[in-house]
Amino acid sequence: MNPKQADKLATGVLYTVAGIIIVILASLLGFILFQGLPHVSWHFLTSPASTFEAGGGIGIQLFNSFYLLLLAMVISVPIAIGAGIYLAEYAKKNWITDLIRTSIEILSSLPSVVVGLFGFLVFVLQFKMGFSILSGALALTVFNLPLLTRNVEDSLRQIHFTQREAGLALGLSRWETVVHVVIPEALPGIITGMILGAGRVFGEAAALIYTAGQSAPALDFTNWNPLNIASPLNIFRPAETLAVHIWKINSEGIQPDAAAVSAGASAVLILAVLLFNLVARYAGNRLYKKMTAS
Amino acid sequence: MDPIREAMLKRSRSAKLERRGRLISLFCIGLIVVIVAGIFYFVASKGLATFFSDGVNLWDFLTHSVWSPGVKDAHGSPQVGALPMIVGSFGVTFLSAIIATPFAVGAAVFMTEISPKVGRKILQPVIELLVGIPSVVYGFIGLSVVVPFIRSIFGGTGFGILAGTFVLFVMILPTVTSMAVDALRAVPSHYRSASLALGATRWQTTWRVVLRAATPGILTGIVFGMARAFGEALAVQMVIGNAALLPNNLVSPASTLTSVLTSGIGNTVMGSLENNALWSLALLLLLMSLFFNIMIRWIGKKGELK
Amino acid sequence: MDNYSLDDIFIRDFDRKTQEIAVETEDLRVFYGDNEAIHGVSLPFERYKITSLIGASGSGKSTFLRSINRMNDNIDGTRVTGKIMYRDVDINSDNVDIYEMRKHIGMVFQRPNPFAKSIYDNITFAPKRFGEHDKQKLDEMVETSLKQAALWDQVKDDLHQSGLSLSGGQAQRLCIARAIAMQPDILLLDEPASALDPISTSTVEETLMTLKDQYTIIIVTHNMQQAARISDYTAFFYSGKALEYDETRKIFTRPKIKATEDYVSGHFG
Repeated sequence: MNPKQADKLATGVLYTVAGIIIVILASLLGFILFQGLPHVSWHFLTSPASTFEAGGGIGIQLFNSFYLLLLAMVISVPIAIGAGIYLAEYAKKNWITDLIRTSIEILSSLPSVVVGLFGFLVFVLQFKMGFSILSGALALTVFNLPLLTRNVEDSLRQIHFTQREAGLALGLSRWETVVHVVIPEALPGIITGMILGAGRVFGEAAALIYTAGQSAPALDFTNWNPLNIASPLNIFRPAETLAVHIWKINSEGIQPDAAAVSAGASAVLILAVLLFNLVARYAGNRLYKKMTAS
Repeated sequence: MDPIREAMLKRSRSAKLERRGRLISLFCIGLIVVIVAGIFYFVASKGLATFFSDGVNLWDFLTHSVWSPGVKDAHGSPQVGALPMIVGSFGVTFLSAIIATPFAVGAAVFMTEISPKVGRKILQPVIELLVGIPSVVYGFIGLSVVVPFIRSIFGGTGFGILAGTFVLFVMILPTVTSMAVDALRAVPSHYRSASLALGATRWQTTWRVVLRAATPGILTGIVFGMARAFGEALAVQMVIGNAALLPNNLVSPASTLTSVLTSGIGNTVMGSLENNALWSLALLLLLMSLFFNIMIRWIGKKGELK
Repeated sequence: MDNYSLDDIFIRDFDRKTQEIAVETEDLRVFYGDNEAIHGVSLPFERYKITSLIGASGSGKSTFLRSINRMNDNIDGTRVTGKIMYRDVDINSDNVDIYEMRKHIGMVFQRPNPFAKSIYDNITFAPKRFGEHDKQKLDEMVETSLKQAALWDQVKDDLHQSGLSLSGGQAQRLCIARAIAMQPDILLLDEPASALDPISTSTVEETLMTLKDQYTIIIVTHNMQQAARISDYTAFFYSGKALEYDETRKIFTRPKIKATEDYVSGHFG
């Protein structure tokens, strides 16, 4: 085979490889959506799950997923911004900064099941929070922090140093300059990262099965007293999420329609994650345009 | 007295804000470091108890293949041989990495060298979407498509290392691909033009020049993918069969460190040997994750030296 | 380039009874790590005058300027020794509040750096942070400072357009307006016109000429004609030292030091 033929062959092989990857994604999405979407109805999205018979929905799990996501973001975003500011603005080049960066790298590469086990040990048992939304939100915070922090740091570094000098030269502190000048300018990047992080959190299950628990007690959606155990807002109740539900019914479920419920739930989960991705792009672009517009 | 001089010798509001802000940010970063230290401390203290309080021999733990922590053997020592899980974890990790690598590198070469336009417009979003799909969805598809497929070809249950490998292959493919793309894009374009100018074909250039220059970056991507495969819990647990036995072949039910952990930790009593033994598996998982991290750094350093 | 002696120095004397000194450095040295970039510069700057700092790139003039309001403090590994006397206080000491000090010693940078905020907010942002919330006062402040910076007529109809939408010259004048809205004593300018076209440059120069009634101005420039046009005094920097400091007229017509003579006549730099 001469080099020309080899070149043609290689090109052909590479086209095939690219094609296979596209086919894999298309069949994954196709399978989930074709299997799942017919099962998705208003009833499915709003009614509670059933343990033994067919016809259960995912209403409580869906609510739990969003509520947990919200709480996890409320806890992790401020910490990530603070930590990102430290890394981008205050960290000096020394061994302490190296140690911090190494810690963040290790945390970001930890398997999420380890994060879940840590949450189980510390939040559920040590702090006696039990299987609860709060334990779950804290575990998701641990899971989410390294990526969010890195995203904040990167977004802040994108803003030119002269912006900080401008603030400093007016007698403002570095902190005021960062909070009131640099962060607003870095916002498109920060928001994009947060939404992508939210998508990741939304689909996470391994960190939750031993923290937020695997049961979804019935909720009374007319009771908005956060201290009542039946209230959706109660943060001390166990809360199975959508992702955990899919795992649960597939590994030990006894519902006759387990496959259909999982397909429906998977379709909802994937659509939600797709939505997060699209919103992240759109919001990022939109904000960026708004910031730089005249 | 000069009021400006007076003001300069006092501590301004900005100075106070600066001090407070610096403390806040230091607190946030400190919290992360404390969490990481906490994870190591708690998992290690639990995981080492098997060896220090329950008297299990570390070597036996790593090399024995009978995992039934509740049962004592003829010599009266508990049977906590983690070899089946270790074999299972490494098995699915290596196999999936071996299958994913040519696909990932091929796709990356396609995206950077052959057709950057199709790459950016179609493959890039496809890969980003694949990254975003939650692992339980991969597990569910594995369970409802891959396992029956394997069952129909090889017989048996269909659960096993092969099913785990397939699922993990798809899961780590986007990770490895996007890092390989970054590595290839980082190769200076004059490498390519120099080689092409010497009369080399595009493929010769790619194979002998571009891929060689990008090797450290591609290796980093593969190790990242392996780390992800090794730590993946639920998707694997759903398709591997969860039998803590040394696998006879790729299609017999097996288990991984993560699968035994997820199914076992809730069914054992805290502080018991059965429970401690599971924490030892978690510790092993943690150490492996650390090992992958060190490898990535090591490759990075080697790559810089070139 | 020739090597000139660093001991051959002429620094003019000021008559301190009639000439008020706004700020003065005494044996100022700047270190980047172990490397000494500025070797003991002692210069007094007269109030309500424009003083130019000239010299080849790398001569240390910008580093020196940035030390006066301690902007070099923000660069990792930088150390500044010596005194900077301002209102009878050494502002290069730890007991001086640098933020308060910078309100009175403002700075305009080489590249225009307006905030990504409206023109109005660019000017009022810092005053608001310092507690000025009276709408009428803020409006007046915007108008006065924009007029002083010769930008008012061009932007008065749309003060809420983004500062980033201005042309280079306009953006730089916005930065000058932002600095003078703080009503500083001293205005430090680090090659403020180097990124601008000739027409914008001459507008900025005119602006500076009108500002010196109220502000002490120290300006770094690599443009000798500019120094000659606008400044009262000129200091020539070479290799981290001020070799000659005199009235501008004398520097450009009868320099006393060989290095200065070669530089102003275009032999190097």
